[in-house]
Amino acid sequence: MIHLIMNGLEVQAEEGWTLLDTARFYGLEIPTLCYHDGLSIFGGCRLCLVEIGEGPKAKLVTSCTYPAEQGLVVHTDTKRVLAARRMMIELMLSVAPNSKKIQDLASKFGVSQVRFKVRNEECILCGLCVRMCAEQMDGRAIGFQNRGYRRKISTPFDVRSEECRLCGGCMYICPACQLRCQGPEAETAVCNACLTLEPTCVDYYNELQCWMYDAGRCGTCVREAPEKKDSLGSSKP
Amino acid sequence: MSPRKRAKKIASISDLQTLIAQQKGRRQMETRTVIAVSSGTCGQARGSLRLIEAFKKGLRQDGLQEKVTLKATGCHGFCEAEPNVIIYPQGIFYQKLEPKHVPAILSRTVLNGEIIPEFLYVDPVTGEKPVKEEEIPFYKKQLRLVLGANPLLDPTSLDDYFSIGGYESLLRVLSSLTPEEVIENIIKSGLRGRGGAGFPTGKKWEFARKQKSDWKYIICNADEGDPGAYMDRSLLEGNPHRVIEGMIIGAYAIGAREGYVYVRDEYPLAVAHVTQAINQAREVGLLGENILGTNFSFDLHIAKGAGAFVCGEETALIASIEGRVGEPRQRPPFPAVSGLWGKPTVINNVETWGNVPLIIEKGADWFASIGTNGSKGTKIFSLVGKINNTGLVEVPMGITLREIIFDIGGGIPAGRKFKAVQTGGPSGGCLPEKLIDLPIDYESLTQAGSIMGSGGMIVMDDRTCMVDVARYFLNFLRDESCGKCISCREGTQRLWELVTDITEGKGTMEQLAVLEELAVAVKEASLCGLGQTAPNPVLSTLRYFRDEYEAHIKDKRCPAGVCKALIHYSIIASKCTGCLACLRVCPQGAITGELKKVHVLDESKCIKCGACFEACQFNAILIE
Repeated sequence: MIHLIMNGLEVQAEEGWTLLDTARFYGLEIPTLCYHDGLSIFGGCRLCLVEIGEGPKAKLVTSCTYPAEQGLVVHTDTKRVLAARRMMIELMLSVAPNSKKIQDLASKFGVSQVRFKVRNEECILCGLCVRMCAEQMDGRAIGFQNRGYRRKISTPFDVRSEECRLCGGCMYICPACQLRCQGPEAETAVCNACLTLEPTCVDYYNELQCWMYDAGRCGTCVREAPEKKDSLGSSKP
Repeated sequence: MSPRKRAKKIASISDLQTLIAQQKGRRQMETRTVIAVSSGTCGQARGSLRLIEAFKKGLRQDGLQEKVTLKATGCHGFCEAEPNVIIYPQGIFYQKLEPKHVPAILSRTVLNGEIIPEFLYVDPVTGEKPVKEEEIPFYKKQLRLVLGANPLLDPTSLDDYFSIGGYESLLRVLSSLTPEEVIENIIKSGLRGRGGAGFPTGKKWEFARKQKSDWKYIICNADEGDPGAYMDRSLLEGNPHRVIEGMIIGAYAIGAREGYVYVRDEYPLAVAHVTQAINQAREVGLLGENILGTNFSFDLHIAKGAGAFVCGEETALIASIEGRVGEPRQRPPFPAVSGLWGKPTVINNVETWGNVPLIIEKGADWFASIGTNGSKGTKIFSLVGKINNTGLVEVPMGITLREIIFDIGGGIPAGRKFKAVQTGGPSGGCLPEKLIDLPIDYESLTQAGSIMGSGGMIVMDDRTCMVDVARYFLNFLRDESCGKCISCREGTQRLWELVTDITEGKGTMEQLAVLEELAVAVKEASLCGLGQTAPNPVLSTLRYFRDEYEAHIKDKRCPAGVCKALIHYSIIASKCTGCLACLRVCPQGAITGELKKVHVLDESKCIKCGACFEACQFNAILIE
């Protein structure tokens, strides 16, 4: 058994678990998008970022790829994590504003504006379809092409692949092209209609404190702690 | 290559000892004049091959073949003076030669020992003409421990390498040191990775040594992708056996059986020289089964990269060798635990491997005595940009930027003012003039918001717009990002869009805030070193040159006169002499006028190419 500390709790992980596995086992919610139980791990959407380590060496890593290590100190919802996560959602929203999944994430994490020029590409290159096709359907009909900003998903040489059996697995798993969000205005690209949650305690603790994972809506913790706290949970002198 | 006799295998350690002693003796007894022509890729680009042909012809005509050895060596480092030759034993340094100069050199210098002043380097400050290489200011402050052997060697000759004591370190390692002792030596020397991150090399080796595995690998990372950086190329071209020797020692220390040199295909000469060197080493038994009759076996292969910048990142490099798409993966597990094909793998940069024989030869304490507290030894920088003496400089750690730029580099050309220096390649940062006395080591550069990187050093003068510089590097990075993670792929794209808007005068102060916020997020959230350092050009220019960003946004003005959307060309009537020079070069026909009458520039036709500015002798073209 590996012992580590997650959000101040002493937790145990089994050999081979990732930080995401561990958090989920203990009911700590970490958002994911390119992660899927039935597929290999990718680490591309950067939503499941958590903060590991302490002091100046603390850094952000994706919990889906990082193995549980003995004695590791992990925080799943610090200000730093949330800021990065919000930016990732904003970036995704700016290329695929019609995805309900991404719009819901935006609502949940309080992303209320997109400050980049919106491109309706409807693909965030999370690679779920590529892995679905290869790993579950044994098809390998689609893959990534090019790199950098020219990267896209397609069949070899952009022609219909003989390997494709039109099973639809790629569409089934896609977070962007199936469930459509009917809400957003073209100008703002943010819907914020279905799920509006405002974590009230982050301003006070620098970190989401809600063990019920109610995103801090109830405000109880804030009422009990009127004084703003500076670093992770510790009171400012 | 002409067919030649197969080299004899060196059967034992003592045989190698004898062979090295023989070759060293040969060099000492050498009475012939040696003409060493700098003929790396850089030299060849400036015509060194034609020069060599001319020398060959001249030697034949004058019947000097028996008296003179002509050597096409690797790069001598002083790119500004290419093609150059050094004539030994005197060590006379002639620069910027052309084939027509050859007869004079042969008849006057080689035969009569006369020095020809026209071919010597002229110090632009003092006007002096130093004769020898080491007297030239460019070389004076350098400490060429790794590159220094380049002018002495024909890189295609194994005997030449033996003759300067090559493979003596390997000899010492195999005859008297255990793998643990080798690692101890490297740890004690304080050698840190020269590829960028600066991880202690010995620690990495120790880590890999401790892994229990039936097979281990070592890799030489020669995927040098930074624009304007070519240290690794020069070392591989000029002294490939030194890198191979370092790798054999490393393999012995770690217990690796197989190794790869991952070199980009855009370096044909380096690929050719390393391939040849590996074949030579294998032929004489320095690579292969039971090296020198010991029970240590190790072999090397070449893996050619296709030029993706991201493949310099170690996990992407491994993926590329394995035949997969060059994309990084999250560490841990580190390659030292699970690397190439899942086996423990040590990856070091060319320059790091090149330092290994040196540490064994001269001792860890000696190596540790050079440099600063945390950074030991020397570092090779490629000094390029707006600088008088372009070239490769090897300097001890802890030297200041001022010494590199002004003492070695000879300052800024055309009397312009130094503005900034960009270190560490596209993902490094720009350091301003106020940091010119910064001693250079891994820590100080990181603290200043830049990185050591692999050693690129781009000097900029006061006609460089820092916002434009950030835009340039972001454009490179958005193209070279592998695109796996959204923070890097979409992040660099959006950073580039924002900065482009600013350079086009469309930026707002709100956008500047977004730029900063996004830059921090990309740095924090990205998977590999490329993404984590990609915002450095933005962050460092924002840190030191925020006023320039604000001038672009608030005043719609480019202070350096670079960003085309924000500048206007006009002719200062009082300075124009009516010489027609600008009128002739303007590709748009935007300038009209007659001889000896003030010319007029039609802004509607002007494409702001700058041709008129370059052509005008009277500073009559105004850019604002």
